[in-house]
Amino acid sequence: MTNYPDENGRFGSFGGRYVAETLMPPILALESAYKEARKDPSFWAEFDNFAQHYVGRPSPLYFAERLTEYGKGAKIYLKREDLNHTGAHKINNVLGQLLLAKRMGKKRIIAETGAGQHGVATATMAARLGMDCIVFMGAVDIERQKPNVFRMKLLGAEVRSVTSGTSTLKDAMNDALRDWVTHASETFYCIGTVAGPAPYPEMVREFQSIIGREAKAQILKAENRLPDAVVACIGGGSNAMGIFHEFIEDKNVRLIGVEAAGRGVDTDEHAASLTGGAPGILHGNRTYLLQDEHGQINDAHSISAGLDYPGIGPEHSYLHEIGRAEYVSCTDNEAVNAFQLCTKLEGIIPALESAHALPRTLDLAKELGGDGLIIMNMSGRGDKDVNTIAGLMGVEI
Amino acid sequence: MTTRIDKTFARLRAANQSGFVAYIMGGDPSHAASLELMKALPDAGVDIIELGMPFTDPAADGPVIELAGLRALKSGTTVRSVLDMATDFRKDNDDTPIILMGYANPIHHMGYAEFAAAAKDSGVDGAIIVDLPPEEDGELRAAFDQHDLALIRLATPTTDDARLPTVVAGTKGFVYYVSVAGITGAAKGENAAISDAVNRIRTASGLPVVVGFGIKTPEQSAQVAAHADAVVVGSAIVEAFHKNGKDAALALVKNLSAAAQVNRP
Ligand SMILES: Cc1ncc(COP(=O)(O)O)c(C=O)c1O
Repeated sequence: MTNYPDENGRFGSFGGRYVAETLMPPILALESAYKEARKDPSFWAEFDNFAQHYVGRPSPLYFAERLTEYGKGAKIYLKREDLNHTGAHKINNVLGQLLLAKRMGKKRIIAETGAGQHGVATATMAARLGMDCIVFMGAVDIERQKPNVFRMKLLGAEVRSVTSGTSTLKDAMNDALRDWVTHASETFYCIGTVAGPAPYPEMVREFQSIIGREAKAQILKAENRLPDAVVACIGGGSNAMGIFHEFIEDKNVRLIGVEAAGRGVDTDEHAASLTGGAPGILHGNRTYLLQDEHGQINDAHSISAGLDYPGIGPEHSYLHEIGRAEYVSCTDNEAVNAFQLCTKLEGIIPALESAHALPRTLDLAKELGGDGLIIMNMSGRGDKDVNTIAGLMGVEI
Repeated sequence: MTTRIDKTFARLRAANQSGFVAYIMGGDPSHAASLELMKALPDAGVDIIELGMPFTDPAADGPVIELAGLRALKSGTTVRSVLDMATDFRKDNDDTPIILMGYANPIHHMGYAEFAAAAKDSGVDGAIIVDLPPEEDGELRAAFDQHDLALIRLATPTTDDARLPTVVAGTKGFVYYVSVAGITGAAKGENAAISDAVNRIRTASGLPVVVGFGIKTPEQSAQVAAHADAVVVGSAIVEAFHKNGKDAALALVKNLSAAAQVNRP
């Protein structure tokens, strides 16, 4: 399939391994363990077994009849990652990484989390595999994702409140890197998206690409043809890469990523790195970042904690630059409305993250018309967001 | 041309002494105050100055230096304003090497070639860019070579024999040995391990080896100086300056440097 990243972890000029020297040996060790594992059928046999019986894969590809009617255009299918164990696509990646950790003999797992979905997924697999788990989470996110914080604790994880910087996802990642540098020999850092130093962007893509492989087989079965477009929301970009990857060589399938526009991409309160950022270096990779004219990282803003990140995985920067994927955005308000619309029309409560993809899916449905066919990645379920929505509606629960 | 760095180590070698390197954060708490501290460092016994360039996301630093960086950013510090400090310092000091220390993004944003030229112009001697390991520093190294600036590499406790040649290949000036696997401000490494590592790195690189991370007291400074060509202290000085002001910071620097600069065995 795609012949990138190259051996230096580069997607064109993006990616790489921009880490302190202390982390280079552990990263190179991780890379060689990963390269070995991916060639080992027994690794994939275990992955597939857990994917089927523990995660609940394959996830359905669901024809969203009422959203389609509402959109008055193309047929809309939802890839139901929200039905996975723990409620989002995040577990696919965690499953792969923690099986790799087990192979490497590492029993101390660390992770960063924003919405808490990746933290919950990591705490879950760590419980299942009998590993210690520490999740770094910004103090601001702990406040807005309380149910997930409690879930992680129930699962036996330690949740470390991060108060440095802006106390959100990027700071949680800084603190996870600080922990890793300090405890590298016994620790496996389970990064939650297709970002970070090589080999993470490639490795997380591989573990998430199960989404697109299933979706392609499912749509061919249901419609006997490939979709015109695949749409996904983008925080770091893992659910999007997961569903895009299988379609990259299918040049007639449009790949559309939806970034969080927060209060608007023309304000300074958004999280749209490709739309409103510039190439730079953060968290181990060269990619598009929100930054000021002096190369200092700007705070991101999104109502959705899982999208509230000033960067994006390097492969998206590359796909953007070569024009293979299109990147658009969706505001907080649009996402909140889409959240309610999807809930009412389909009886599916989407994660606020996933809800960002819906307005652009509906736009596209109109643009493509009745003959069109779209798959939207429903990356997660919105149970964790009901407090936020209730707050916005002025309802006490 | 003999660089300021080479001259400094030649002088120390002739005196059979280890040197002392002080790290301060440029612009913390203000341009003027940090410049005043910087200018006073040589008289307090500092052989080499490491001048921090602040970054919003310093993932290799502990809270002391992170907070210093955030204070510096708040006071309006930029790469250029830190370079201006060097320019000002050079008006009355042409001997003490200045090594910039920071993260890749602000200089990547400025452009490596432009950064190298501006650094040279302001009298800087080299830089340590924490998140540019050998695999990623080629472009900046080429720009530095054009201006005869030293891009200092870091070796760490995780740099094993297999990796050491990669780390020391093409190094200039000195090698910085990070004595603990951790962030700045952590606990100090074991003396025996430090001695071993310094010897290994000195042999592999043919360069002086300075040792830093975790050194806070004159006693520790003296212990490390027994093995290293120079001792680096950062967090302790930054903290003293922040909490107790310039005179307290300089008093600490005097004690640390005097402890480091004893004659070597
Ligand atoms: C349900 C859901 N979707 C999407 C994301 C964004 O991450 P990514 O872009 O890596 O898929 C998150 C992150 O927390 C999430 O929980």
